[in-house]
Amino acid sequence: MQLFSENPLLRWLMRNPIWGFVLIIFIFFSLSADNFFNERNLMNIVVQTSTIGLIALGMTLVMINGNIDLSVGATLALAAAFAVDVQSWAAFATWGNWQILPAVCIALLVGILMGAINGFIVWKTGVDAFIVTLGAMLGIRGLVFVYTGEQSFYAMNFAYSDFSFMTIGPFPVLAVIFVIAVLAVHWLLSRTVHGRNTYAVGGNREAAVNAGIRVGPHMMVNFMLIGFLAALSGVLLSTQMGAATPNLGRDYELWVITAVVLGGTKLTGGKGDIIGTLGGVLAIGILRNGMNLMQVPAFYVYVILGSILIAVLFLDKRFNRAENGGLRL
Amino acid sequence: MLLTRLKAGGPAIAKQGILVAFIVFMIAFSLMSDRFLSADNIMSVFRQSAIIGVMAIGVTIVVIGGNLDLSVGSMLSFATVLVVDLHDKIGPELAIPVMVMATLCLGAINGFLIGILRLNSLIVTLGMLSAIQGLVLIYSGGQNVDIVDQSGTWFAIFGRGAMFGIATPIIIFGTLALIFHIIMTTMPFGRRVHAVGGNPTASVFSGIPRSHVVFMTYLISALCVAIAAIILGSRVMGSQNNVGQGYELQVLAAVILGGTSLLGGSGSILRTVLGVLMLAFIQNGLILMGQPYYTQRLVTWAVIIVAVWLDVAAKRGRLFSPIA
Repeated sequence: MQLFSENPLLRWLMRNPIWGFVLIIFIFFSLSADNFFNERNLMNIVVQTSTIGLIALGMTLVMINGNIDLSVGATLALAAAFAVDVQSWAAFATWGNWQILPAVCIALLVGILMGAINGFIVWKTGVDAFIVTLGAMLGIRGLVFVYTGEQSFYAMNFAYSDFSFMTIGPFPVLAVIFVIAVLAVHWLLSRTVHGRNTYAVGGNREAAVNAGIRVGPHMMVNFMLIGFLAALSGVLLSTQMGAATPNLGRDYELWVITAVVLGGTKLTGGKGDIIGTLGGVLAIGILRNGMNLMQVPAFYVYVILGSILIAVLFLDKRFNRAENGGLRL
Repeated sequence: MLLTRLKAGGPAIAKQGILVAFIVFMIAFSLMSDRFLSADNIMSVFRQSAIIGVMAIGVTIVVIGGNLDLSVGSMLSFATVLVVDLHDKIGPELAIPVMVMATLCLGAINGFLIGILRLNSLIVTLGMLSAIQGLVLIYSGGQNVDIVDQSGTWFAIFGRGAMFGIATPIIIFGTLALIFHIIMTTMPFGRRVHAVGGNPTASVFSGIPRSHVVFMTYLISALCVAIAAIILGSRVMGSQNNVGQGYELQVLAAVILGGTSLLGGSGSILRTVLGVLMLAFIQNGLILMGQPYYTQRLVTWAVIIVAVWLDVAAKRGRLFSPIA
């Protein structure tokens, strides 16, 4: 124990056990899987991670608030459907490649709108966010089916699907977008008033109200942020596929929550950060990618992830509880 | 207007809110479609809702105990694949008990982690959802399974049979609902579950074995899933390896619609049955009116939020949340 408390790196790892795990599996796969440790594959991991990662950034904010959002998978699908479909609207027929711009803007606005609806309902009705977004998960998926008529949309403009292959210098543009989003949300959470309020509202809602924080609108903004990030994730995913299917993003909410919880964010609110969440999504991304390269059937990833999730919960309870005098997760 | 009415007659009406809503929907649909109230149609809705209904009974008990169970969907996949696969290998009379035991083991793992180790139920069952889905895929090798001799097996009775002119799934669903309703309302175990969900600390001080009670709720939930799997396997005579995907949230929606509080301590099996039937009738009614099946999701969205909102509003005595 003495040794632990003296070495700052080890102390940091104690507080962020997920990064220890990321390090271990990273070394493990580098040694045992061919083609894991090369530039292309590492970029690949970041791109693969970005889909769930973007949503996880928003989920961190919402969960630190003490809320949860189960509707992100459906929002992703709705945004992807809009992004691909709006391009082919007659109004933009003469715009050439510029027709992508209104399509993406509308898709992102739809995401923000869905988040706003969730946030507004949570604010005004006082119904638990779990229930509100559970309903929205069913409802927004219904909207996806209504809008698409259960058809898949294909991007007719090849510039759209080429976007995902673009690079900025040596880096894929999707990875760059993800990294920028991580930095932006990290800045928002750790350096701004909004970020401080996020912790305050989640830590003790009543105290936050008494301190003059407008809790309702604050939570609504965070729901709009997660809606935006889910939509962004949907747009980027649809550029990778050049298409949008109505079942896109099914079960993503579960993956995202898994990643955020792995990163140490507490469901009861008030605790968590983007660094942890980044570790959580990277753990999932590296595990999936590495096992894929080792030709382990994808089935085992589910079992391992489930076990890790429960193990992290168990370890967290064992170690953090004594330290902080009874943390509740 | 609504507010004053909520305040005046609030508690009495709000308590029966789901019943009122159910009746309103039934009247509305029967006015709009003349086939809606036919005995055939009602029976078929009952039969379709049996699988979700049986699972919802178990989840209701878990939720009353103050926890959540998101693993029931994966568990349904697991149990159905297992019973269908074993049916041809060791015969139905052995396949059923083996499957029930295996499913109960999964329930016991949930119960151990949540009841004994006191880990957060949402995350544990989320992890189990993923892990069990993996187990199913490993077991089946990603293949779908089915029963070869579909007409010659007595296993068909659970999903396709009928007794006294009533389909077996309905009888199973009804019997289970009644048994567990009696257990939850009149027996010590039911009172203990309510006590543990309502106030865990107080229940411990009153000498209630909290860990044991929570453990039992997860065993019951697993048992209900096993029974649902028998109905499903017998009805389809085969199984995809992700057949239960998404069921956990539909089941939870029905439980919430039935007025069971996610905070624990209050809820009723019979109201959950109403919630299940209401969702099923909404879907059926919309289809009879010629709407595509997914319209039901939009209606469910509104119904769930309004139902819970009115419930919350009645409790706090004002319609909108006082939070600024």
